[in-house]
This record gives sequence, structure tokens and C-alpha cells, in this order.
Amino acid sequence: MKPRQQRMLAVGLAVAGLAIAAVLTLRAFEENLMFYIEISDVVQGNVPQDRNFRVGGLVVEDSVIRKPGELEIEFTVTDRKNELTILYSGLLPDLFREGQGIIAHGQLGDNGKFVADTVLAKHDENYMPPEVADSLARHVADKAANQTVAEEATGSAE
Amino acid sequence: MWKFLHKLASPPHFYDLSAKIIPWFSVGALAFIAYGTIAGLFFAPADYQQGDAFRIIYVHVPAAYLSMLAYTAMAVSAGIGLIWRMKLAHAVAAAAAPLGAWFTFLALATGSIWGRPMWGTWWEWGDPRLTSELIMLFLYFGYMALRGAIDDTAKADRASAVLALVGAVNIPIIHFSVEWWSSLHQGPTLVREGGPAIVPAMMYPLLAMIIGFSLLFAALLLARVRSEVLYRERRTHWVRKLLMPSEEST
Repeated sequence: MKPRQQRMLAVGLAVAGLAIAAVLTLRAFEENLMFYIEISDVVQGNVPQDRNFRVGGLVVEDSVIRKPGELEIEFTVTDRKNELTILYSGLLPDLFREGQGIIAHGQLGDNGKFVADTVLAKHDENYMPPEVADSLARHVADKAANQTVAEEATGSAE
Repeated sequence: MWKFLHKLASPPHFYDLSAKIIPWFSVGALAFIAYGTIAGLFFAPADYQQGDAFRIIYVHVPAAYLSMLAYTAMAVSAGIGLIWRMKLAHAVAAAAAPLGAWFTFLALATGSIWGRPMWGTWWEWGDPRLTSELIMLFLYFGYMALRGAIDDTAKADRASAVLALVGAVNIPIIHFSVEWWSSLHQGPTLVREGGPAIVPAMMYPLLAMIIGFSLLFAALLLARVRSEVLYRERRTHWVRKLLMPSEEST
């Protein structure tokens, strides 16, 4: 083997070995690398004890309850399988709204409700002007309406 | 092809050729960035959720992209320099590092400024995208510090090349962090399954900015490699002739 080929092999093996080491390390720390815990895991009790953690999910429509004259707020988040109620007192980010993905940091209370000390809004990867968003929402609503009509039709046929 | 590459790798030839290429890259960069800035700030519609605040993507996304491209260029050049003992490749790697560090800083700073109103936080420790990008900034710093600490150029080239290659493992981690793990940072918008999730009126200025930033990086990199080559070859005949033509003739 020529010296150049030897060097090529050495660099290649070193990079490959490093990549494998990185993959193994990242797999070992998989759980700790998760920025937040899914709602279903929280509901099933797979949460760290006596330690603060983050949960992430979508704010359920019409679930936000504000007490008049106070900062306290109560709302429900979902991962479309399970739901979790969150209590929070403080300022909310601009993007916080119903249907929005959020991440809350805090602890699970005794009553099964999550008491948050921080609420962050998660932005999605979609960029569009309001008109496009409106027409998209209309299309989805139309589709859903058509589907219900179709389901009712098949239901009555049975 | 090989003949062309061999010729390109010769420092005097590179020095002449790069002088001809740099103006083209600079003019291209200016044109694309000017179009992207004007179209992005004034003609692209406001976002349905973020309003006008989304316009920071016209700096943030190209900066983040270039921060990774610069590191990839640095690591590949360092690898070529190690294997083929090509001095010009080491010069390219050394010249790319400060540029990459600046793009990384720009990406982190613009992301932080945007994150405060949108997410509700300047910075979140533990987010995989944010953390891996910050690690890359430190890798750039480490690379430059290591080069600075070794006086002998050939030794500095080899030692820093190993560091650059080791750090390259971070590049796929940055890119896939938002897909592998749950994170605060959103997923990819442009390169994703099912096509870009951005309307064309917002996307074209963004693509123009990415091309413009890339051309700017290429022009700056070539200019930096030129001065790096002059310094490294300062004792050679062609550099003396170039800088002091009168002395040569006597």
C-alpha cells in the first residue's frame, strides 16, 4: 500500500469509528436529549420523580380558562391520544393560542394536573400569508363536512 | 480533469485564477442579496402567525446554512490536506474557520432575537438544535485556538485538521436534531417530505438570500485563501517576484 492510501484508510477508519461512537453515545442518552416528554408518557406515569420536566403538546380548542383579574390560567394540552391539564400563572408568549403547540416546564401535581413555571410556544415549519391559512382551514373544514355527510350516508344505508 | 486539479492546486496558478473569479462572485452575491433583502422585507406577505417577525428568516436561515456549509468545506479541505498532503487544501481549511464562526454567531444571535417574542425565551438549554449549533461555534473557536497555539505551520495544519474532522460528526447531528428528538426548534421548511412548507412569494427571496450568502462566502473565502497563500509562500520565488518586481530585475 502506498503511503497516500494508508493515510486515506487511516482518516476513513477514524471518521467511521467516530461516527459509530457518536451514534452509540447519542442512543445511550436518548431520553435525556428529549427536550420534552410526550403527553401519553406523562399520563401513563413515565415521568421523572421529584424533578421538574417539560411536556409538549397542542392546546385543546376552547380549553383555556382565565380567572378574571388574575394572571392564573388553566388549559388542556393533547398529543391527539391523551390529554393533560396545565396550571400556569405568568406571561404567555405571543404565539400562545388554542390549537398551538406549546411546551410547559414544571411538575406534576398530586391531582394529576401539571403545574407549570414556564410556558413556551412552539412554532411549526409552515410559512404563509393569512389569506392562504384561511383558505386552507376552509378546505379542511369542507373536507371534514363532506366526510361526515358521507359517513352518515353509509351509516343510514346499513 | 486531473491535470486541471493539479494545476489549480499550485499556489501561483490559484493566485492568478482566484483574482479573476472573485469579482464575479462578489457581483453575484450583491445582486442576489439585494433582491432577497428588498423582496423579503417589502414584497413578501406577512406570516399568518408571526406577522412581520417571520422576516428574520431571510438572515437566520442563510446564516445557519452557511455556518454548516463552511464547516463542511473546512473539514473536507482538512481531510484532503491530510491525505494528499496538499498545502493549498490546508490553507482553505484555515481560511474557512473564522468565516464559519461568524455565520454561526449570526445564526445564534438572530435565532435568539426571534425566540424571545415567539417562543417566549432567548435561549433554552437542552434544546438539541440550539445546543448542537452552539457546540459548532465552540468547535470553530477550538480550531482557531489550536492553530494559533502551534507556531510551525505544517504541524498546525495536521493537528487542526484532525480536530476539524472530529468535529464534523456534529454536522449531521445539527441537521437531523429536529427530526430525531423532540425539540423547541421547528422542523425543516424547505427540504422536507412533501415539498417546501412555504408559499412561493416568501420562498423565492429566501432562496435568493441563500444563494447570495453562498456567493459572498465563496468570494470572502477565496480572498482569505489568497492572503493565506501569500503568507505561506512568502519565501518563494514567485511571491518575491510578485511583491517586489524591481528587486528581481536587478
